[in-house]
Amino acid sequence: MHRFANPARFLRIARFATPLALGFGLILTAIGLYIGLFASPPDYQQGESVRIMYVHVPAAWLASGGYLGLAIASATALIWRHPLAVIAARAIAPPGAAFAAICLISGSLWGKPTWGTYWVWDARLTSMLILLFLYLGYLALSASEGERGGERKGAAILALVGAINLPVIKYSVEWWNTLHQGSSINVLSGSSAMAPEMLRPLLISVAGFTLLFAAIVLMRMRAMIAEQRVEARSRRLAEAIA
Amino acid sequence: MIEGVVHRADLWASYIWPSYILTIGGMAALLVWSLVSMRNAEKRADAMKRR
Repeated sequence: MHRFANPARFLRIARFATPLALGFGLILTAIGLYIGLFASPPDYQQGESVRIMYVHVPAAWLASGGYLGLAIASATALIWRHPLAVIAARAIAPPGAAFAAICLISGSLWGKPTWGTYWVWDARLTSMLILLFLYLGYLALSASEGERGGERKGAAILALVGAINLPVIKYSVEWWNTLHQGSSINVLSGSSAMAPEMLRPLLISVAGFTLLFAAIVLMRMRAMIAEQRVEARSRRLAEAIA
Repeated sequence: MIEGVVHRADLWASYIWPSYILTIGGMAALLVWSLVSMRNAEKRADAMKRR
């Protein structure tokens, strides 16, 4: 891992990986959403509204998975003080927050025709809302510490402490009686309660969204590395002139 | 065929289109923002390197 923490080596890999992630992500997302909208069957209970699943589930997966990445990057930054880990955490937070918001809004829109209400203070919905607040808290704290020239340690600690919310989100539908349905896919055992006609487009959408998320994070990281280089050169120039 | 589906009232009433517009719009905005900021930052870094 330390080998890849070298910014020059990371940039070589990122320049190669960014267009691949972007290209394959766009293709898979288009295929997944097309099948989900036009070729998959309606649900026998929910009818057409089940098609919201093909955008809601990938958004939920990326919001939670993104936060796990944010927590790992923050732990790496705190323990090994890798500058690249701080950059990775800062790059993950904005798209993670956006997907948490998309998950909450699309879930709310799905809730209206299915449950008869946009919102209930259900354990899954509430823990997901807390995840959005954790992302926003991280962004605000990181920006404020960055402005003061700090190492963003407070933001990293917030990201680590907030990771306790991830198992709460995952198991909320088992620990409490929730209006939100239980898991239809068990990643550990590889089993699913869904019909293959629905599972296929869902998995394609999840793969496509994940690649697009990776492309966004890589592009943000490249932008931040370039900005840091500009700042460092400007400082050196100013020092040379003085 | 697609036009017929786009105008289907039940897809609007079931909030399917609003959900898709929100998600695809959000994703597109994130992609454009990250691409433009990366290009601008890398251009500035290259210009600074040449100076």
